[in-house]
Amino acid sequence: MSARADGLFALCLATLMHAIPAAAGEIAAADRRSDYEFMSRDTRVMQDDDSSNPGMLWVNDGEALWTRKVGEFSCMDCHGDARVSMKGVAARYPVFDAIRGRPMDLEERIMSCRINHQNATPFAYESKELLALEAFVARQSRGMPIETGSDARLKPFIEAGRELFNRRQGQLNISCAQCHDDNWGKRLAGNAVPQGHPTGYPLYRLEWQTLGSLQRRLRACLFGVRAETYPFGAPENVALELYLMVRARGMAMDAPAVRP
Amino acid sequence: MSAPLINVPKSAKRGEIIAIKTLISHEMETGFRYGSNGVLIPRNIITEFVCTYNGDEIFRANFYPAVAANPFLTFYTVASASGKFAFQWTGDNGYSETATAEIVVE
Repeated sequence: MSARADGLFALCLATLMHAIPAAAGEIAAADRRSDYEFMSRDTRVMQDDDSSNPGMLWVNDGEALWTRKVGEFSCMDCHGDARVSMKGVAARYPVFDAIRGRPMDLEERIMSCRINHQNATPFAYESKELLALEAFVARQSRGMPIETGSDARLKPFIEAGRELFNRRQGQLNISCAQCHDDNWGKRLAGNAVPQGHPTGYPLYRLEWQTLGSLQRRLRACLFGVRAETYPFGAPENVALELYLMVRARGMAMDAPAVRP
Repeated sequence: MSAPLINVPKSAKRGEIIAIKTLISHEMETGFRYGSNGVLIPRNIITEFVCTYNGDEIFRANFYPAVAANPFLTFYTVASASGKFAFQWTGDNGYSETATAEIVVE
């Protein structure tokens, strides 16, 4: 986000928070709405047509990477046809990783595969290659319901994410929940405040003019409230990703989504 | 770098107006931005797009720095004969990308 846009955002946010007393609590299941529903018709059309959705450029790159041998193996040598083996996978992440004893998101899983099985150097966060593979895998779950969080070992990490989501942060001293639980549907700098369900990541944001991960989105939100951003891969980011996915359980995946 | 996404109807009736959509991967760096090191990032954009239909030019566009990344174009033509659409994008630093699509006109 540019400094100027951020200033406007912060001003509007401060105004919104003063004008509207916070409602209470989490969103009831029946009231949940995908961010897609808050978009203009034009942006929805752009997302729905695979020949106009820019995310498909990354999906196609990801498909090429899937079949390319790195060292001894390609992704396909182990996992086979992604259309079969990766169906529904992105809708279950982050998952509990028994070796590390903590949750692992899809990006870390891809990197871990790359390091341990392909003996290759990891991709950088937000690199074109990592986003392409993630987009290609996530695309295989389009239309499927989010199922993250059924593993009981994830419970303390979901609670940690919930706590972070409700914690006031930054110079503006507001929490994620104050916008996305209490004031969704109202306007912020001309845009609707969405509920913040991560159904479509990695997604093409028109403001970014590129594909980006959920962690990038979380960092942008924290920057917007003038809080310290967590580094890519930080446990706080993963806990928030986990909580948000659990919060969106049952909602349909629409990756790679397009968002304003 | 992924191939351009092209959407041309596979078939059309003679005389029908058809929509052609193209989407191409390109960063479209404006040349007005500075990097975190304070140095101007040089311009790197697509400057021209041409579409031919069985060899005849039917659409041409010039691009400028204000065009967003990953340019998406929609334009229309009259389906006159079966054959081939050829698309060409050219730009800064010797950039060149091509694509083709076939159509059957009944």
